[in-house]
Amino acid sequence: MKNIRLRTPFLMTIAIAFGAVTLLGYFIKIPIITTLRAVLLHWAAILAAVALVIGVLNLLRVHWEKFKKGSSDSFYSLILVISLLITLAISVIFGLTSAFSIWIFNYILIPVEASLVAVLAVALVYTLTRMFSRKVSAINFLFALTVLFILAATATLSWMDFPLARDLRDWVSQVWSLAGARAILIGIALGAIATGLRVLIGADRPYEG
Amino acid sequence: MNASVMGSDLVGLVFVLAFLGLIVGIGFVRRDPSQRGLREIRSFSRLKRSIGLAVEAGQRLHVMIGDGGIQGMHGASGLMGLSLIQKMTRTAAVSDRPPTATSGEPMLAILSQDVMHSGYREVNAEERFEPASAQLAGLGAMGYIAGTLPVILDQQVSVNVMIGSFGSEVGLSSDAAERTDSLTIGGSDNLPAQAVLFASNQEPLVGEELYAAGAYLQVNKFHASSLLAQDVFRWVLIGIILVGTLFKIAGGL
Repeated sequence: MKNIRLRTPFLMTIAIAFGAVTLLGYFIKIPIITTLRAVLLHWAAILAAVALVIGVLNLLRVHWEKFKKGSSDSFYSLILVISLLITLAISVIFGLTSAFSIWIFNYILIPVEASLVAVLAVALVYTLTRMFSRKVSAINFLFALTVLFILAATATLSWMDFPLARDLRDWVSQVWSLAGARAILIGIALGAIATGLRVLIGADRPYEG
Repeated sequence: MNASVMGSDLVGLVFVLAFLGLIVGIGFVRRDPSQRGLREIRSFSRLKRSIGLAVEAGQRLHVMIGDGGIQGMHGASGLMGLSLIQKMTRTAAVSDRPPTATSGEPMLAILSQDVMHSGYREVNAEERFEPASAQLAGLGAMGYIAGTLPVILDQQVSVNVMIGSFGSEVGLSSDAAERTDSLTIGGSDNLPAQAVLFASNQEPLVGEELYAAGAYLQVNKFHASSLLAQDVFRWVLIGIILVGTLFKIAGGL
């Protein structure tokens, strides 16, 4: 416990120093800083690759434990573990671009994801109707109306294909919708900067475990 | 180097340093980390109440922090999610069912274990920490969302917080949460996901509200100060946009 407490300032110093160099290297083009920044980013890429291995091991462990507990859905966990090991073995032995790997990708991964997208389409329509059962407000009404209008005007419906509908659609999507999207993105950008700076000054420390 | 590039780099650096100065300055001047001076956001009031109720009822809290990682433009929302995990762990560490976190990116998964661990340690409940409670639910956008469904449906979750980078497929998680009658609160830095969360969540967070979570849940005093700094810069940007518009109109006359 004592060791962990002692190491926090040490980790914080490293994080702040590396963060500051990376940020400065983005704005100031002094060779030593830009070189250091490139090295640090290279290290980050290596760490991300190592994290992927650790993450997959974590996934494997969680589902193996679930299978061993024998809960109601443990069968699915077993399928995940077996699929992961088979896919890993095929990719390592035959290579990522081998016919076997591409077969897995084309005939298992893509169909499964496509079916999830199909389910998503139904879920989203259901969600829109449920939004009104939760709360009827002017904003919800405007949201639903805009979605339905854009949907109808974008689809190739003969009865919607007349100049006024096209102009109205363009006006809504290129003026109101774009303005709203930009306003949201400005807010998100400011929030992202603030979040990054909090990590840079050590106020948020997602590394002290 | 091109002079205009150097000029824009300098403006960028000054902007970041001014932002940093404001956050630190307000943070030290304003010693009280409470919500005083912050407008009421219903989602956070409800979240705070629900966390308390979940702890009392021995139900689980689930935080989804997306698959955006911590690098690149989606990193900040993931970092925000991590702050939230830490705060919620501190609050619900002694609950019968400890909080759980799911992520769709390995780096985020490791960090979520880290912040959860530190959350338990801060409330002297380190022995209750289980690494599996902060898990990598799946890789890739769809894989991640598919991996969150068993957590939402089978682990007696009463509150689902979705803060991070998602795609529109997050609608499947929201739908699952709705079917279990659990509270859903969420926001994303991705516009399609934002629209889906607006329609599907009981308490959606719009735009920068996503980054205000730390200030409203009182993670630390710098969350409130950075929120005020954001407000200052928002008004500065609004002013710049209006002045630019006026100049453009005047130029066109």
